[in-house]
Amino acid sequence: MIAHAIFFYTFSIIAVVSAIMVTASKNTVHSVFFLILDFISISCLFIMIGAEFLGMIMLIVYVGAVAVLFLFVVMMLNVAQQKNQWFAGQQSSRHIPVGLIISTLIFFEIIIVIGGWKYKPEIFDINNSISQASISNTHSLGQVLYTDYIHVFQISGMILLVAMVGAIVLTFRQRSGVKRQSYIKQISRERAEGVEVLEVQSNKGVKLDD
Amino acid sequence: MEYLSIVFQEVYKILFLLVPVLVSVAMIVWLDRRVWAFVQKRQGPNVVGPFGLLQSLADALKYIFKEIIIPSSSNKVIFILAPIVTMTLALIAWAVIPFSATQVLADINVGILYLFAVSSLGVYGIIMGGWASNSKYPFLGAIRSAAQMVSYEVSIGVIIINVLLCVGSLNLNDIVIAQQNMWFVIPLFPMFVIFFISALAETNRPPFDLPEAEAELVAGYQTEYSGMMYAMFWLGEYANILLMCAMGAILFLGGWMSPIDVYPFTLVPGAIWLILKILLLFILFALIKAIVPRYRYDQLMRLGWKVFLPLSLIWVVLTASYLFYFNLLPVN
Repeated sequence: MIAHAIFFYTFSIIAVVSAIMVTASKNTVHSVFFLILDFISISCLFIMIGAEFLGMIMLIVYVGAVAVLFLFVVMMLNVAQQKNQWFAGQQSSRHIPVGLIISTLIFFEIIIVIGGWKYKPEIFDINNSISQASISNTHSLGQVLYTDYIHVFQISGMILLVAMVGAIVLTFRQRSGVKRQSYIKQISRERAEGVEVLEVQSNKGVKLDD
Repeated sequence: MEYLSIVFQEVYKILFLLVPVLVSVAMIVWLDRRVWAFVQKRQGPNVVGPFGLLQSLADALKYIFKEIIIPSSSNKVIFILAPIVTMTLALIAWAVIPFSATQVLADINVGILYLFAVSSLGVYGIIMGGWASNSKYPFLGAIRSAAQMVSYEVSIGVIIINVLLCVGSLNLNDIVIAQQNMWFVIPLFPMFVIFFISALAETNRPPFDLPEAEAELVAGYQTEYSGMMYAMFWLGEYANILLMCAMGAILFLGGWMSPIDVYPFTLVPGAIWLILKILLLFILFALIKAIVPRYRYDQLMRLGWKVFLPLSLIWVVLTASYLFYFNLLPVN
């Protein structure tokens, strides 16, 4: 039990400190690295409460894919502009009201959820099969997701797909005058059409069509 | 006191796993160079020790005594962390590899997810090294590898789903035992081929070694590294390659199971079979390094997203419908 407590406090302290460092660190790349540390410690916490599937998916999806793309974008930014002026800058202070509104909203949502959990536990006590000790966490998740909640699950997948298609449509633009590489054309080229032997007359040169 | 003895027991077990892994990484580097040389009708490293077996040891000694140079304009903490991350991630994944039904360090329920997660984290060592070097070639290499590894992870994930459909469990030992009658390489052969090629791309091996393409990027993300830090990148890379081979052996070639389930073969311990299967896959890796020219970057991306991803998705639908139609879905 004491080992459990030690691990819990280690991971949660790392999670909280790195979450603070995400906003406080001056370098945006460092922020993303702290975000990754945060994700990792939170997935460790998930594993500690027995939600091993969630923890692993968190690692794969957030750390393995989403954070890589974050880093990808942030690293492309100009290094000279990478001073995060949250505290001192005049320029970005107008973002503070928006941030405050959002964080208050999230705060109240959490208050509502925790309050409900504390004083009305029967709301959350849906008689689910998750608490069965005999089958593993992943099995019980699968049994619930693909039977009782199949429609909700499919709809959330469709929403994600629509969001992805939307993002692609918004950023896609057809530019004219771009030389496209056709894979089929490239590998089906024969020597006969690729190489041409010409008689070059002296002082004339050859005109190549490119 | 009791608690301490448990800790010591675990440490002993971990050492018993890690030391052989590290030694075999050194041997595998030698094997790689030898196979590569034999394909090109050269001798390869054959001077140090019998057949040159101690070549990697000599190389390691050389790296240890070399000076570690940290560029003055680099981001020092991340620069030093990068090879450590690569090496650690390559080694912790071995915790879940089963060497027989009982010989496994951590027999966790979500073993295959853990393997997949750790191998997908491997990209961070490269990105960190490339970015922290504050130099153009490493940065370009890091960006290339980030895009490449993320792309090929997707198809590896879908291929794992294929195998899981046939097994019905995420535990690696269950996956091995499910192949008792038939290795998954037979019914899922196209998936095995795609997995193998994706593993090449995931570990930045030729023909997909664009992150370190020497003709364009000097040495990619490793350009600024020297001495032991460079060697750690190198070790981590080869440990990752071995890990991908082990993953292929477990998912498709029956893991620690003997190929024929008859008397003299079943006497051989499972670890030997697993090592032989890993070696077989590794020799394929080494041969491909020797005989295939490097891909162009757009072709690499096209192969990952437009060929492998749709193919493996279609195969998931096929496998699922086949299993469903013939009522073969593993239900417990």
